[in-house]
Amino acid sequence: MFAFAAPTFIDSLLLKFFSEQTVNYVIWPFIQIGLVVVITTGWVAYATYLERKISAFMQARLGPMRVGPWGLLQPIADGLKLLTKEDFIPENADRWIFFVAPYIAVVAAFIVMAVVPFGPDWAVITDVNIGVLFVLAVSSVGVLALILAGWSSNSKYALLGALRSSAQMVSYEVSMGLAIIGALMFARTLSLSGIVSAQASNSIWFVFYQPIGLVIFLISGIAENNRAPFDLPEAESELVAGFHTEYSGFRWSLFFMAEYAAMVVVTAVATTLYLGGWYFPLVYRFTEAKGFHHAYVVISLIVFLAKAGLLLYLYFWLRWTLPRFRYDQLMDLGWKWLLPAALINIVVTAIGITVIQGLHNPAGLRTIKSLSAGLGLTLTGTVIAIAIGVANLFITGGLLSLINWRARDFNLKKQRRQIRLVDLPKGKPAVVPVSPESAT
Amino acid sequence: MTLNMGPQHPSTHGVLRVVLKLDGETVIDLDCDVGYLHRGMEKIAENRMYTMIAPYWDRLDYIAAVSNGLVWVETVEQMMGLEVPRRAHYIRTILTELNRIASHLLWLGTHAMDIGAITVLLWAFREREEILKIFERQFGSRLTCHAWRVGGMPNDAYDGFVEDCKRFTDYFPKRLDEYETVLSENRIWLSRTVGIGVISGEDAVAIGLSGPALRGSGVAWDIRKARPYAAYAEMDFDVPLGENGDTYDRYLVRMEEMRQSRRIVKQALENLPDGPVNAKVPKLIKPPAGDYYHSIEAPKGELGCYLVSDGTQQPWRVRVRPPSFINLQALRQMSIGHLVADVVAIIGTLDIVLGEIDR
Repeated sequence: MFAFAAPTFIDSLLLKFFSEQTVNYVIWPFIQIGLVVVITTGWVAYATYLERKISAFMQARLGPMRVGPWGLLQPIADGLKLLTKEDFIPENADRWIFFVAPYIAVVAAFIVMAVVPFGPDWAVITDVNIGVLFVLAVSSVGVLALILAGWSSNSKYALLGALRSSAQMVSYEVSMGLAIIGALMFARTLSLSGIVSAQASNSIWFVFYQPIGLVIFLISGIAENNRAPFDLPEAESELVAGFHTEYSGFRWSLFFMAEYAAMVVVTAVATTLYLGGWYFPLVYRFTEAKGFHHAYVVISLIVFLAKAGLLLYLYFWLRWTLPRFRYDQLMDLGWKWLLPAALINIVVTAIGITVIQGLHNPAGLRTIKSLSAGLGLTLTGTVIAIAIGVANLFITGGLLSLINWRARDFNLKKQRRQIRLVDLPKGKPAVVPVSPESAT
Repeated sequence: MTLNMGPQHPSTHGVLRVVLKLDGETVIDLDCDVGYLHRGMEKIAENRMYTMIAPYWDRLDYIAAVSNGLVWVETVEQMMGLEVPRRAHYIRTILTELNRIASHLLWLGTHAMDIGAITVLLWAFREREEILKIFERQFGSRLTCHAWRVGGMPNDAYDGFVEDCKRFTDYFPKRLDEYETVLSENRIWLSRTVGIGVISGEDAVAIGLSGPALRGSGVAWDIRKARPYAAYAEMDFDVPLGENGDTYDRYLVRMEEMRQSRRIVKQALENLPDGPVNAKVPKLIKPPAGDYYHSIEAPKGELGCYLVSDGTQQPWRVRVRPPSFINLQALRQMSIGHLVADVVAIIGTLDIVLGEIDR
């Protein structure tokens, strides 16, 4: 079962001390988990650095420059600073809940990494056959942390932030879950590794079949992470810092880490589902096929990280460009735009797949190659599927406009009268005295 | 639920305290509590000589210190009947208009940040920096400049003043377009500002709003036009008027005002006359007894100064008409029925400065 062809010399070294079962089921998973935790923490830390640098370049600044060359050691300095700060719990807070909430947030964010296939073979910690459901389930535990944090702080700002976040996460999870279904129809499996290999073996990224799916998934993912423009739970200008207003020091940094880890998770899952995960054309042919197995894994890993990094950049880009939604507008977007779009996407995709299957005729037009790994389509089938995906963009757009054209902010610009410029007549120069006599 | 917003809050623009009565997140009642920055400016002014008061006036609206200085010296000049040289008037016009741009830029940045667009703040500060550099070269300080003296200016424009201003006016419109591409057509920006904090022209006049907040509601009133001071009588510019009286209109009006300010600066630079910058001012400033009111169009609205002189070296009573304080009175009417997030946007659109409200 454990088919990670681990570096053999380490494997043989371990086998000298432990039984084979211990090595396979305990030692190696721990090594993998340790690696993933360390790498993810580093990635999270440097995501903050990247965000500060990228925002700085967008804003005509330099960003962190003082700590280390180009400020490269800034995340470490920040981490140390937060660790050494006073652990402050407000007097009227519910101590235990206040204490526990940040840990829930971090654990919920990090645990998802367990099922993310970072690469082929040994770069997966575990391949759960319901991986997608696991991701959805665990990431919704994250909301619990926010609610508990907001409630236990005993502050009105924190409470408002928590209420907002619960409503927001619940409503966006719905469209997120529904958006995935389209991709699952093509993958025919819930295992994340299975989804990647379905894309790899058919040499296609699902984003071509499911452009709408990716868009919905990313938007709801950003909303789920409470990132701008959906950062209402911590809306700085309204709620000071939202649910973590009362947190400081290391506990605050745990929330911060959870936020960035959740971002990394969403980008990783989006990459897996829509951008082919670690699959990149030709990599297999030049490495694995020539016998360089570990090179194959490592290059795939880099491909995966690059794709996830691109999506992460999208996060930063949006955050520093867009203003923040208002609470009711956020709900509008979730329920009136994303949810119908996800439903339409499911219907259209289902019809599309039925059509492709109906067209399949072993004697004449062949659309389906095999069903062994995902929906294996022939060239004709692929073209039809992509055509349906593109048509879906227009269908969804049209139907959404139909649903929403009466909404207040459907086309705000058109409803308005423009400001005008007038040249007022000039009056007499400023008057001098009001009444010279009335002085004391 | 009663939510106490401020005095320490990221977006009450200083130490404003707003007590919100909320139903869920909808505002049902609102009360402003001001005075956390009260320094007794008006009382202090009663115990100072006329020339000594001018630097205090910079601390009213510290974002637009140049305009604030202007209202004081012009009031005193008019009490004394002093004839200020034309060149001084022109330089005053240029620098107050630059100050208007700087003030509006700061408003733009903070307003956008209140609504969540953080990048605009830093872009706006980049341009504001150029203006502050001009101030620094001219006055020796950036924020509270103590720009003017009764009867003219402390010294003539520095060498290269005209070139610096020209360079600024040349590249500024492009930067303004940049801001507009980020905000004006942005769906989120539109949905956050359109129809928020609507106030009709009649209500605006009844409350006593002035400046862009008044013009956003479509009332054609600009003191630069109605009762020109400094060199505005010789300037050619338009006044932007809003149509809907909402936050988006006030945004557009201020953006257009910046363009018009640039136009004024450009004209003034082209026609900048030569000559002295100081009138002959008596050693002791003792205005004749009487009471005087003079007002200018400060970036935030009508900034007035009411002065009662008893013929001595010190004023008997000074009263400032602060635009921010009076504009803030509209907050309650504008906010009720909106959400908490909109209150923040409305505070931003009123463009208040607490230094001026609390005095």
